[in-house]
Amino acid sequence: MKFNGEKIAKYSLMLVAFSALASLLLIAVFILKEGVPFMFKMGLRDFLFSSNWNPQAGKFGIYPMIVASLYVTFGAMIIGAPLGVAGAIFLNEFVPKPVMRVIKPMIELLAGIPSVVFGFLGVMVLAPIIRSTMGGPGLSVLAAAVILGIMVLPTVISISTDAIAAVPNSYREGALALGATRWQSVHMVIIKAARSGIIASIILAMGRALGETMAVIMVAGNTVKIPHAVTDPVRTLTANIALEMANATGLAREALFATGVVLFVVIMILNAIALSAIKSRVHKK
Amino acid sequence: MRVPPKITQAVAVTILGGATFLTVAILVFIIGFVLSKGLPGVNAEFLLSAPKDLGRTGGIFVTIVGSVLLPLIAVAIALPLGVGTAVYLSEYTRETQFTRALRFGTDCLAGIPSIIFGLFGFIFFVMMLKMGWCLLSGGLTLAIMVLPTIIRTSEEAIRAVPNAYREVSFSLGATRWETVLKVVLPNALPGIVTGVMLAIGRSIGETAAVIFTAGSSLRMPSSMFDSVRTMSVHFYILATEGISDEKAYATAAVLILAVLLVNLAAYGMMHRFISRRAR
Repeated sequence: MKFNGEKIAKYSLMLVAFSALASLLLIAVFILKEGVPFMFKMGLRDFLFSSNWNPQAGKFGIYPMIVASLYVTFGAMIIGAPLGVAGAIFLNEFVPKPVMRVIKPMIELLAGIPSVVFGFLGVMVLAPIIRSTMGGPGLSVLAAAVILGIMVLPTVISISTDAIAAVPNSYREGALALGATRWQSVHMVIIKAARSGIIASIILAMGRALGETMAVIMVAGNTVKIPHAVTDPVRTLTANIALEMANATGLAREALFATGVVLFVVIMILNAIALSAIKSRVHKK
Repeated sequence: MRVPPKITQAVAVTILGGATFLTVAILVFIIGFVLSKGLPGVNAEFLLSAPKDLGRTGGIFVTIVGSVLLPLIAVAIALPLGVGTAVYLSEYTRETQFTRALRFGTDCLAGIPSIIFGLFGFIFFVMMLKMGWCLLSGGLTLAIMVLPTIIRTSEEAIRAVPNAYREVSFSLGATRWETVLKVVLPNALPGIVTGVMLAIGRSIGETAAVIFTAGSSLRMPSSMFDSVRTMSVHFYILATEGISDEKAYATAAVLILAVLLVNLAAYGMMHRFISRRAR
């Protein structure tokens, strides 16, 4: 009897262990199944590289959205990556441990603030500032980039911090013993040793920024147009899905799933790169 | 002329410190701004009465119910799956190609943006399984979304249980499953609860995945197959449809407090867990 119970436990646990992988596959299959046939029906070129998005007229070019997502994501990285990496270095190397133990969880709390709240602050605080100082409607590439740049800070900081903390102390001691100042040891030794982890944190943050939806809908302005200035309003891929989902049927709905496919594939590639960067660091140790 | 290293260092530290200060300042500003604008509108009546006129007046009681029920359903589904996966990975196998595939799946799932979960939940649960916009569709979608969090924290917690505990249990004649149930899981419990708290926090704040699967009905749900509106969805609708900025701020204040409290509880739990282990 006991023997059987053990067997049952083992095999049920094995089955349960498939849940995450199975969910991932299920999601991939459904998004691809709904979206890919549409891409080929429309022609990949007309779908990816046409600027004509007009679902009522049967035109589904998502090029402006692709450009918008790229601009907004890179803008967010320009703001979030240096700020986050600087924070991670400072907290690890120049701040006493007890202070770090207070500040790091505080910054991680930033990750818990719902994205709709970030979006709302973008609308109420940031957009008016941009409107009055730089012109344009305020809701813009710049507003979205700043909000996303802030939103990815916890990702960049916490993963970079782990990477920097994993650099063996002997590296620091070696550099200091050779007469380097703390800063020299940081930028000549520690950053180099922690490089792959820092890069991984930035790539993961890119995935976050690219996939963020609600905050972007609220602050980016949502006009389907290729932007010519940072103060122009744009619609990202994610915003396109969320905005049109409610009343899309038939072909228009398939178009949204096809948009989802583009997003899904790009984010999976980014994550795979980041994960392998993190893994290679673990193996080196 | 070469700049003395001491001066370069002073400049670098100032810049790095400034960046860190800026990050903390932004955090304090966001929380402070929302609370100062929103808290004056929060009182017992706001929390406990139903929204009237689409939320223009009245309270947010229904949406609080939604924000409590939906994460609980999600966790009720994800917890057994997540802990089961963690137990399997840490107690029943060694590292093989197979477990690496499972881990890779978990890591990838964690990176999927919430709008994709929303799309999937909509096409699969709402349309294909004909469940409609409801608590269960939303709960299942959120369950998949928080599964990686629960797997990771549970696995860490289980691995942190000292091997001596298992060895003693085996030496007393207990089987592997008995050891898991009576020795490993009770000792890993605080860590597992931390994961659950983080999952609940994430679910409360989630909007994109919820709005397409649980809907946005303002009626009180009476079964798993009724649509609900959570606080974050309600806040999003109030803010974007220009219904009421005042109510939006008040809802945001309650939302932020709820998420912060849940996350703080999670950190507190984790801290106690770690310090107990360190002894």
